[in-house]
Amino acid sequence: MALLSVDELTVTFGARGRESKAVDGVSFDVDQGQVVGLVGESGCGKSVTSLALMGLLPDKGVKLGGRADFDGNNLLTMSRRELRDMRGSQMAMIFQDPLSSLNPVVPIGIQVTEILQRHRGLKGEAARKEAAHLLDRVGIPDPARRLKEYPHQLSGGMRQRALIAMAVACAPRLLIADEPTTALDVTIQAQILELLKELVDEEGTALLMITHDLGVVAGLCDQVNVLYAGKVVESADRHELFAHPMHPYAHGLLESIPRLDAPRGEPLKPIRGSINDRIAWAEGCAFAPRCDYYTMECLTGTPALTEPAAAGHQVRCVNPVREPVEIATLDAGDATVTAHGGKNA
Amino acid sequence: MTAPIETTSASAEAQPEAVLAGAGRSQIEGRSLGQIAWTRFKRDKAAVAGGIVVVCLVLMAALAKPIQAVFDLDPNKFNQDLVDPALQAPKGPWGGMSWEHPLGVDPGFGRDLLARVIEGSWVSLLVAVGATLVSVLIGVILGVVAGYYGGWVDSVVSRLMDTFLAFPLLLFAISLSASVQDGFWGLTGLPLRIAVLIFVIGFFAWPYIGRIVRAQTMSLREREFVEASRSLGARGPFIIFRELMPNLVAPILVYATLLIPTNILFEAALSFLGVGIAPPQASWGGMLTDAADRYEADLQYMFVPGLAIFITVLAFNLLGDGLRDALDPRSK
Repeated sequence: MALLSVDELTVTFGARGRESKAVDGVSFDVDQGQVVGLVGESGCGKSVTSLALMGLLPDKGVKLGGRADFDGNNLLTMSRRELRDMRGSQMAMIFQDPLSSLNPVVPIGIQVTEILQRHRGLKGEAARKEAAHLLDRVGIPDPARRLKEYPHQLSGGMRQRALIAMAVACAPRLLIADEPTTALDVTIQAQILELLKELVDEEGTALLMITHDLGVVAGLCDQVNVLYAGKVVESADRHELFAHPMHPYAHGLLESIPRLDAPRGEPLKPIRGSINDRIAWAEGCAFAPRCDYYTMECLTGTPALTEPAAAGHQVRCVNPVREPVEIATLDAGDATVTAHGGKNA
Repeated sequence: MTAPIETTSASAEAQPEAVLAGAGRSQIEGRSLGQIAWTRFKRDKAAVAGGIVVVCLVLMAALAKPIQAVFDLDPNKFNQDLVDPALQAPKGPWGGMSWEHPLGVDPGFGRDLLARVIEGSWVSLLVAVGATLVSVLIGVILGVVAGYYGGWVDSVVSRLMDTFLAFPLLLFAISLSASVQDGFWGLTGLPLRIAVLIFVIGFFAWPYIGRIVRAQTMSLREREFVEASRSLGARGPFIIFRELMPNLVAPILVYATLLIPTNILFEAALSFLGVGIAPPQASWGGMLTDAADRYEADLQYMFVPGLAIFITVLAFNLLGDGLRDALDPRSK
């Protein structure tokens, strides 16, 4: 039994008659010590999925469907109070922009110790010591001094480290990272990913990684789910996905990565159109209007998730792509992050 | 915004090699938000001047009784020998100014004006500060609650604010002051008058600060750090007091400082209309009423309480403006 098991999760916004489905039947599992990626471009439902799991979506105008079992309990039917007690202690979240995620007028130390006090009952000197230890744990030098500083006095990388320290303060079993490296520059990105990997390996935390950056996926994730227009269109383990992307969307994402060894002057290969060019899933494959491989068959209702090639490699496509992508620099086998950004990165 | 980290001029002038080697490194240090605000405040000469005057005024008001005792200034001692009974004006030029009575004496009873101005200062400041505290307390609590919870709570509080703003405050103050009997709340005489004034002024000024706090809270509530805090299990009260309040301190402080002079003027106006502090207790508004009746005989009398009010209001306004500039991170 997986720690987190999401089954046919749907999130619908808006009033009756003008509803829009942001997440449309997403299923995936996250095991302890496993890193699962949710990949897709802006607007495909990645962040909404994570907010729904954390119970952070507003009550009004939002309808949730499906199940999301965390350790056997359905997160979607929990009361606000139960969810609140889960947050921070059982599951925690790391946000995209570390500067705006920290209270600008409260010193770092107080922000960290408050969490320790809330969930672990630590007070005074004990809380301060533990906070310093946590900052040290996430690689912030001179933690005793940093505790007294305000967020604007820290560098971007250090702020994200501080946020990670706050998220792991109570050793949560599930960590959701919503594009944790987007606001950071490339060298710092690599360090932060390294830190997350370390935490997962050492603490056995389950990590749900939400990103649009295939470089992050290649470096970190065990299992990858590619989202498009609120549905999982391809799900495979990292090696399989990078070696044989079968959905034209995933295929296009990988092909669009600029390559260092490409001949000079060769144009980049973007996916044409934007996510606004989709059709409703009920009519057919939402990606069809942008797809190079589409046939009339694609316009006859939602394609099912199938396993046309390898076991465990699911694709939602009637004409899966069979040719592999030539990725010399993005070797899924070795964990170094060499490519940065996919489409719409 | 001033850079939070400042190198001293020594390291800026140092040779590149020395800087690279780390010379002057210990002189780079972070500054807290309070330090940054203080540095900026010090650059604002008008605000510093206002601040100094405010400090002097507060000292004068707080030490009114000892000052009067030491310098032998009795605000209620009649000096009929200094008043010309025929003219109903002080004897001598400039409203009876002398070494003994530096600001002159009042035309009716020959009371020392310096003593009465000092006596009036504590009344004015006590009423103004007390009323400000009352309205800040009510306004902040209701404003934060309305802004944070929104929905019907916000509707109720907002309509309440509208009601209070539409209330004919002056008429209410006059009728309340007239109808409150001695012994109300167990208070009599001067303490009762002061309590009524604080209540009336404070109770009707809160919607102004309430609206400011509500608007600030509504924009802060949507900030990402609030959601981040919620994602770590924070509860509503925690978010209000530990996440939102620290961000609200600056606007509250600035608005309170700017509210004090308004309240001083209001207290003076009420006393001028005869519903504030009752004679013979000295108050700036009451002295103005007195002077207005006798301006033909003794024009100078009017300027003493008038200038006292003017200087106090100006000083508080300068201080408040300076605080706003110093605490607002967007300003230079």
